[in-house]
Amino acid sequence: MPFIPHTEDDIRAMLAAIGVAAIDDLFDEIPAALRGGGLAGVPPGVNEMEITRLMYERAERDGRWLSFIGAGAYEHHIPAAVWQLATRGEFYTSYTPYQAEASQGTLQVLYEYQSMMASLTAMDVTNASLYEGASALAEAVLMAVRIHKSARRVLMPATVNPAYRKVTRSLVRHQGIEIIEVPYCTECGHVIPAALNAYAGKEYAALVIPQTNFFGVLEPADELTAWAKANGVLVIAVANPIALAILRPPGEWGAGGADIVVGDGQPLGAPLSSGGPYFGFMGCRVSHVRQMPGRIVGRTVDVDGRTGYTLTLQAREQHIRRSRATSNICTNQGLMVTAATIYMALLGPDGLARVAQTCHANALKLVQQLTALPGVKRRFSGAVFHECVLQLSAPVADVLHALKAQGILGGLALTQDYPELGDALLVCATETKHDADLERYRENLQRILGRRFRPAPCALKPSL
Amino acid sequence: MLIFELSRPGRRNPSQAPRPAPGLNAIPEGWQRKSRPRLPEVSELDAVRHYTNLSRRNFSIDTHFYPLGSCTMKYNPRACNHLAMLPQFLARHPRAPADTGQGFLTCLFELQEMLKEVTGMAAVSLAPMAGAQGEFTGVAMIRAYHMARGDGARTEILVPDAAHGTNPASAVMCGYSVREIPTDAEGNVELAALRAAVGPRTAGLMLTNPSTLGVFERTILDMEKIVHDAGGLLYYDGANLNAILGRVKPADMGFDVMHLNLHKTFATPHGGGGPGAGPVGAAARLQPYLPLPLIVRDGDNYRLADEADLPQSIGRLSAHAGNAGVLLRAYVYARLLGREGLQRVGEFATLNANYLMSELRKAGFEVAFPTRRASHEFSVTLKTLREETGVTAMDVAKRLLDKGFHAPTTYFPLLVAECLLIEPTETESKQTLDAFVQAMREILEEAHREPQLVKSAPHTTPVRRLDEVKAARELDLAWNPA
Repeated sequence: MPFIPHTEDDIRAMLAAIGVAAIDDLFDEIPAALRGGGLAGVPPGVNEMEITRLMYERAERDGRWLSFIGAGAYEHHIPAAVWQLATRGEFYTSYTPYQAEASQGTLQVLYEYQSMMASLTAMDVTNASLYEGASALAEAVLMAVRIHKSARRVLMPATVNPAYRKVTRSLVRHQGIEIIEVPYCTECGHVIPAALNAYAGKEYAALVIPQTNFFGVLEPADELTAWAKANGVLVIAVANPIALAILRPPGEWGAGGADIVVGDGQPLGAPLSSGGPYFGFMGCRVSHVRQMPGRIVGRTVDVDGRTGYTLTLQAREQHIRRSRATSNICTNQGLMVTAATIYMALLGPDGLARVAQTCHANALKLVQQLTALPGVKRRFSGAVFHECVLQLSAPVADVLHALKAQGILGGLALTQDYPELGDALLVCATETKHDADLERYRENLQRILGRRFRPAPCALKPSL
Repeated sequence: MLIFELSRPGRRNPSQAPRPAPGLNAIPEGWQRKSRPRLPEVSELDAVRHYTNLSRRNFSIDTHFYPLGSCTMKYNPRACNHLAMLPQFLARHPRAPADTGQGFLTCLFELQEMLKEVTGMAAVSLAPMAGAQGEFTGVAMIRAYHMARGDGARTEILVPDAAHGTNPASAVMCGYSVREIPTDAEGNVELAALRAAVGPRTAGLMLTNPSTLGVFERTILDMEKIVHDAGGLLYYDGANLNAILGRVKPADMGFDVMHLNLHKTFATPHGGGGPGAGPVGAAARLQPYLPLPLIVRDGDNYRLADEADLPQSIGRLSAHAGNAGVLLRAYVYARLLGREGLQRVGEFATLNANYLMSELRKAGFEVAFPTRRASHEFSVTLKTLREETGVTAMDVAKRLLDKGFHAPTTYFPLLVAECLLIEPTETESKQTLDAFVQAMREILEEAHREPQLVKSAPHTTPVRRLDEVKAARELDLAWNPA
């Protein structure tokens, strides 16, 4: 049996030592009616050679594509050392560092991660990860409600990633928390601060501010933060960690900055991998740390005065507080954080800034080239990071379909989530794109749209 | 030494940064970052050496026997990692159209089917990211079921007092209040107490079986009847599924909804604290409430189901489809074991646990439930050892590190005094188990002869016992240049 090392001799000796005749006897406490019933629906086992062949076939079937999709998950170059180190058995097959002395590797990595992330977001402290960005936002909402103590309403701009909004609703609605959607300006692509005046006079626990938002556009975060502070509302920032290398971070926003920061750490070394595993990051002011969910690592000393690292503030967590815990989270995304820490160490502040600058420049180049085509316009006037919404003069689904036939995934159609935008396409270009890639997109889009502009054959036959 | 302390200003990794090129910049001046993020400035060799050396300060399954009760630290087959990381799987964007991911979706659909078979459930969703999220999902589904029937008076979830902390925490996140049911001297939920606790306010009972105490809930069929007769539903916490995998199906025990921990039972890597995966299975009456997405078949093709397919779904738990790469690893594992391999898991996990239990008893250790069979794990109580020598479960755990073994789970379940919860898993050999017993024998002897040696352990790890009080009182949670 695969991975079961027992020989017949072993089994015999063990059964004798226990004092039973057969392994079956060890199940004698289980009612007979419940035992047996095989797994007929599971195929017979295969060996490693066979499963390798099958998986290679399936992977080859899926193939590789030239992708310009962003929408919350981003293609970045991951240095080879990141996953070679992260999949070392000592990282890959260790578990939660409950015995700190036997887990100083993991614990120090997490402390370094917390330090890097706190600085990147300009917050005092961060935790050691949540599952991913959307559920991290839900946890931030729950945290803000706990801190605020009276309001159970949260303001959520429509420019926040639609998936994040859906997930937040799924996770918080059982606790009687209402999410109020804040509209955006369809010309500039972000929230207008004056629109918040509509909410004056009622109590809100938090205002969520995405920076940049789902459209790739910069929000007027300083003014939005100022409004929140003036109205006793906590600010939850949702950020892209690569963008933070060149954008003013949430801790440095106006009026004292954000209270809680969350986002998805996928861009820091996690491959796209059809959506996971990624990791959620969360940071906050130190005054709120006891309300922050997730594991937190602290630095301390051992009995000999040696520096060491340990899980701390565990009284927030489910294994201590049970039904009064800040969250039910236990296993989180430890290995992804290990990879992110190594990624950030390999790139450093200048490397990360260079990645961000190149993403930004490539996106602008792409948008310039595509909007030079008839039938393609930039939808919003707001400044963007590395994604942009384009307005097409042709049905976006048809355009994407035609691009796909050329091996190009042109972006995300916004028709389902933002029907008010009509034929709108969210395109992204990261540092992975060369000029030749942008040109390939441009020339194919030109050809596809050009077909639509060719005059139709004349419907009238010449009369004699 | 921290990576920051290895930094030197100006040290860079040119091969890791994109080529410098005059680029466009349209970030408004006021939004450009002025403060420099405090990320390390080290060479690639420095970084590789630093993290390689850090890894060597960890105990792990690949390096040590790791009998953490309830965590199922079985061997993580390397093929699973290799195949889940094939470049085409890694490169695929979550929002890419379904027809660019049929290979991937086929794997996930087949995993769903295998998990249905293993659990006996009518339907499975792979969406939850870990066991705790699976528990939240299951309780939310129970709530949705009752609300759909206008049964809004059911406000209580019942939980054994021995339950894992995530159970009551998850119930509260779903807006329920929690009522604990006591455990009897034999390690099972007290039936009389359960009978007294159920009523019109009972939404459901969350149960692990075998329980967190390491013994099978023998009266499960009675418990099932009590709860169902009162109109409540049954939730199965699959943390201990390894004990009965291939032998008993949760659906046959009467459970309506459950989660599995793939990072336990299906050998996906623990990763120093995740990522895991907590798929949920549902009996037919709860199927409409499953979280999105599920993988569905449309003729010859697979796609992700959405709100239109499952209008009563409790919703989405994450932005995409769950921990996809973890699911691929579980798929490869399940295919490598196949029908016969999966059927043997429960048997050999139970054999190993019972062997270890009987050998430790012979060595002089006190088992918490001496009249019971071990499931895939068992509890040892060091209460008497502490009375006689002052040596505690914590001390024994730390001394085991010196002997080259990761300690078992300590002080859980809370009901057993000075508890060690020991789970060997089926992938360990008799030799390894014998070596562990020998180490425990030595520690017992040391505890009587020279207790200070055990009480001041560990001695050979990179750090010795850490001042946890200081860590919580003088918070140092992020490095700052001093």
